Amino acid sequence: MAIRVFLLLPVFLSSAIVSFSLYEDQAGLADWHQRYIGKVKHAVFHTQKTGRKRVIVSTEENVVASLDLRHGEIFWRHVLGTKDAIDGVGIALGKYVITLSSEGSTLRAWNLPDGQMVWETALHSAHHSKSLLSVPINLKVDKDYPITVFGGGYLHAVSALDGEVLWEKDFTAEGFEVQRVLQPLGSTVIYVLGFVNLSEAVVYQIDSKSGEVLAQKSMAFPGGFSGEISSVSSDKVVVLDSTKSILVTIGFLDGDISFQKTPISDLVEDSGNAEILSPLLSNMLAVKVNKRTVFVKVGGEGKLEVVDSLSDETAMSDSLAVADDQEAFASVHHEGSKIHLMVKLVNELDNVLLRETIEMDQHRGRVHKVFMNNYIRTDRSNGFRALIVMEDHSLLLLQQGAIVWSREEGLASVTDVTTAELPVEKDGVSVAKVEHTLFEWLKGHVLKLKGSLLLASPEDVVAIQELRVKSSGKNKLTRDHNGFRKLILALTRGGKLFALHTGDGRIVWSMLLKSQACERPNGISLYQWQVPHHHAMDKNPSVLVVGRCGSDSSAPGVLSFVDVYTGKEITSSDIGHSVVQVLPLPFTDSTEQRLHLIADTVGHVHLYPKTSEALSIFQREFQNIYWYTVEADDGIIRGHVMKSSCSGETADEYCFTTRELWTVVFPSESEKIISTLTRKSNEVVHTQAKVNTDQDLLYKYVSKNLLFVATVSPKGAGEIGSVTPEESSLVVYLIDTITGRILHRLSHQGCQGPVHAVFSENWVVYHYFNLRAHKYEVTVVEIYDQSRAENKNVWKLILGKHNLTAPITSYSRPEVFTKSQSYFFAQSVKTIAVTSTAKGITSKQLLIGTIGDQILALDKRFVDPRRTLNPSQAEKEEGIIPLTDSLPIIPQSYVTHSHRVEGLRGIVTAPSKLESTTHVFAYGVDLFYTRLAPSKTYDSLTDDFSYALLLITIVVLVAAIYITWALSEKKELSEKWR
Amino acid sequence: MAKLTLVFFLSFLIFSSSIAFQSDELLVDDDEFGLEGAKPRSTDLYTSSSSSSPQQQQQSPTIRRRYSDPTDLDSKVQFTLEHAFGDSDFSPAGTFSARLKTWSHGGKTLTKLRFSRNNFSAEEKDAFKNLLKGDDFYRIRLPSNVVSPPGREFVVASVRARCLPRDGLDEHFIIHMEGANILAVSYGSPGACQYPRQFKLPAKWSFNSHTILKSSEQAPRTPIFTEEILGSENAEGEVEPPPERSFWAKYWMYLIPLGLVVMNAVTQASNMAEEPTGGQAGGAQVQQPARRR
Repeated sequence: MAIRVFLLLPVFLSSAIVSFSLYEDQAGLADWHQRYIGKVKHAVFHTQKTGRKRVIVSTEENVVASLDLRHGEIFWRHVLGTKDAIDGVGIALGKYVITLSSEGSTLRAWNLPDGQMVWETALHSAHHSKSLLSVPINLKVDKDYPITVFGGGYLHAVSALDGEVLWEKDFTAEGFEVQRVLQPLGSTVIYVLGFVNLSEAVVYQIDSKSGEVLAQKSMAFPGGFSGEISSVSSDKVVVLDSTKSILVTIGFLDGDISFQKTPISDLVEDSGNAEILSPLLSNMLAVKVNKRTVFVKVGGEGKLEVVDSLSDETAMSDSLAVADDQEAFASVHHEGSKIHLMVKLVNELDNVLLRETIEMDQHRGRVHKVFMNNYIRTDRSNGFRALIVMEDHSLLLLQQGAIVWSREEGLASVTDVTTAELPVEKDGVSVAKVEHTLFEWLKGHVLKLKGSLLLASPEDVVAIQELRVKSSGKNKLTRDHNGFRKLILALTRGGKLFALHTGDGRIVWSMLLKSQACERPNGISLYQWQVPHHHAMDKNPSVLVVGRCGSDSSAPGVLSFVDVYTGKEITSSDIGHSVVQVLPLPFTDSTEQRLHLIADTVGHVHLYPKTSEALSIFQREFQNIYWYTVEADDGIIRGHVMKSSCSGETADEYCFTTRELWTVVFPSESEKIISTLTRKSNEVVHTQAKVNTDQDLLYKYVSKNLLFVATVSPKGAGEIGSVTPEESSLVVYLIDTITGRILHRLSHQGCQGPVHAVFSENWVVYHYFNLRAHKYEVTVVEIYDQSRAENKNVWKLILGKHNLTAPITSYSRPEVFTKSQSYFFAQSVKTIAVTSTAKGITSKQLLIGTIGDQILALDKRFVDPRRTLNPSQAEKEEGIIPLTDSLPIIPQSYVTHSHRVEGLRGIVTAPSKLESTTHVFAYGVDLFYTRLAPSKTYDSLTDDFSYALLLITIVVLVAAIYITWALSEKKELSEKWR
Repeated sequence: MAKLTLVFFLSFLIFSSSIAFQSDELLVDDDEFGLEGAKPRSTDLYTSSSSSSPQQQQQSPTIRRRYSDPTDLDSKVQFTLEHAFGDSDFSPAGTFSARLKTWSHGGKTLTKLRFSRNNFSAEEKDAFKNLLKGDDFYRIRLPSNVVSPPGREFVVASVRARCLPRDGLDEHFIIHMEGANILAVSYGSPGACQYPRQFKLPAKWSFNSHTILKSSEQAPRTPIFTEEILGSENAEGEVEPPPERSFWAKYWMYLIPLGLVVMNAVTQASNMAEEPTGGQAGGAQVQQPARRR
């Protein structure tokens, strides 16, 4: 018996540690994963051959992907590193996808059908320059037609077959900038056109076989060029001069350079500055003048003439050969809620090959890019399809006057996430009713019967699974008792707000941020604006979306208030000042609108909402409002306090001036700020005290005003391994943001960033690289309050002789002590988060976004500073794990199980109503959501709990009780009658 | 195993003591100012300083001895403390003087810090009274570099003026140093600052100053356990038996129910004893066997 217990014990223990792992059939029940690619930059169609029609795209998220042209699904995709931006895409030999990335220094070939990498070539690179990729179209395997790549000052010819560099030519001469590399079709001569100091045009003729320079001509242009260039044919380019008012046609036929100047004022009346648009049209160019798009035809001798002009809001594709020496291009423009797609011949602009009108969702914004492709219709005429990229980064395929498919690629660039409750279910008002016809109902029951009789085929099993998911009601649009159904609000870089359902990840609503002041505001951050308690007020909750007109931090901000239930914008305002920091205050007004302060670049803060009630609440708390700014570049952290209304400067009574209270100045020669972090303001701490093993009490120093700062020596701010251990050190601080006191300061010699940290309750866990040990390390710091340490005595508590109810002020000298411990961690980390639950009772897990784009759940017990080598029996009972030098990575504890959240950037956790459970949402290029129960679902029964068995057991027990009772009665009676 | 841990501990001790401790503290009065009332204040200050941190004062000489190097270049530095009342401009309020020690490895540390605090002038007293009335901020600043003040920028700290007055004006500086740079200064009263802050004028318009210099602590090295140690630990199984607990601590969970049972039994027994003498309720019970018969 004892032996059996011993055998069972380790099994039990191991199951206790990996309690968060799940079974195979549980995957996908509570979690979902969505794959995206990002905003498309380039697209190359591959439709010539029969079989799968596909389009190869590269995106701003550095993804190269092959999409199914019929359904928009991803055949394959590769996420290149964050620094590996894609410069060009092409298809070589009809079977390889060629990508040029990293400023023209990396050339890769991917197998077209399955996306396997065929070869990769690192190209010589000397300095920053344009990177140009030209892939020959012919399908012949021929060394005469290599891929020509220009990048980093060198021209390379690379064999498409194996990536071998055939030759390279140096163009790194001072002041020389290569603008275009052109190879006329069927010719073996490559023309390289460049400018010397933007005032002299130089043309090289290079033999494509050997890389020898055949001829070199140069000609000075007195006016100078602006650098904007468009190649109109294989021997002509059109350039804008430095004043941007003259178009210069440069012809270099047979190597002879000729200039032809045409002032724009000759082409268009009352013209201002011109801008050459990017679409490549044969023998024509598109110029933007006076907010109109003007098509200029380039004649044989470089003569320019205007052939058409369009309104500004037109997007165009490159031209495409449709028939023998006929080229067509597509243009898309808006008209109300419709878009018009037109395909015209380049030579005859009046000849419209295709005119389609498509109803378009207003919340997609304008058309940004158009990629056109042609096909042969069943009646042997030319058909056209267009891939369009919208302002919200979504990707749509238009064909035959309809949207064939669309992809919400905006979700690949999420910048901020918050969660919101769903509406309460009311009688009669069902937000989304799950329709059930009789037939479906019958079918479902037949399927279930099949499943229970073990007759179901694999497809049926899938269908049953789906049915189970549906019937569990997790996709309903109403609030549930456990708080499992929620809305995830995600703001994207394109300025679009999406509401995703936690049940299946579908988009409930989406809204594009708008502004009068500028065309396209960027999304910055999201805040809970109004969360009415549903018993107290019958009003929909709303969120505040903060945006900015432009990427510069001094650009004016845009506020938008959005109803969470409907996704409608309540109001929006151009606030007229910049947005540096948004501070949600812990006060709400009578309509439960939260007060927010927005700091601008001038040093003023502005109060929102702009109501007199909010102002009076604010005035009451005026003395106690502090904030801080981090000037990471200067290495200074400043604390501020409100001073007065800035009515002296402006009439705005909601604007306030501040004054500096404290500064922390890091010496610039030895420390550079690389990371700052505070606690989540809405975090719940269940208990302030922690009981030690020796019945001792530790009080957590739980303060909302703690700032974690990590600095490294300036030398060590670069990449890992760029410095020796002696040169680099990492210092971490815990700073009180009210008084600027440094509560904890610890320096790690020979360590280096990047630092990823998480701050919760009274502890910080941070991850960095140890150069001496050549390993990543994780350090935990816990901070405890000593001023309350005397409150251990029970009698003191009973007699009220304690200071637990005394108000805490930051101006008292804090008596704190810290405990810290370091562990090695085998993986590099992208981000760290921590689970959060409704009441903070459940033990916490660290969610570590690993370099493999997965999320690892690590129990907080593993990063406890009290772990010792030989914990005593009492400590073991408390759950202290024996000290090890490194943290374990248990494969079962990956919460993403088989998925990868490509390009992982952030993890957001939100509590559900059930204390044991937390929502986890991870975003990057992909999205992933799951529910976690760090200490198992101790407060609810699992889904597969058999209620029937429980009922039967109860019935049987009750029956047994009655039977035995009756029997005993009988027996007793017979006893008595004896 | 125990030996090994001892070695670990010893090495850790040596390691930590050799590099970790660099903080130094000296609290000395400002009796260069021959003002009336300065005498009692200076003694007052001395006692408070000596009582507040005898430990650090004892340790500092040992450190110095260990590092004493003939090539040490010590130079005297002085830097001024400036103060401001509310939004007023900063004006000098005192002087810190110290010795700047240059170590052979190039590092610099401040030692023998002395502080002389100027007394408030009449206007300053008025200004401070105003601060007390308005519960406003008393602000101080130090240069961020002591060798070439003010360095990059001043290091500012402030406190609500009502936190300072006690008998005199009690103030407490913690200056965070990094070489010759001042990173930050924590300024406030040496103890707690009651909230809500009461308006109270100080009995004596003189400062009791306490100063602590702090430099960063070194993080302990991450312990590295080789497989060997772990293996041997497991093999030997040399886990110390937990200390023998008292009989009561071990068996209380059995003893309490037992006690209850006994008590129950005792009361039952006493009831039973009573019954024959004058029990009415027990009568039925007694009668029952009689009926049978």
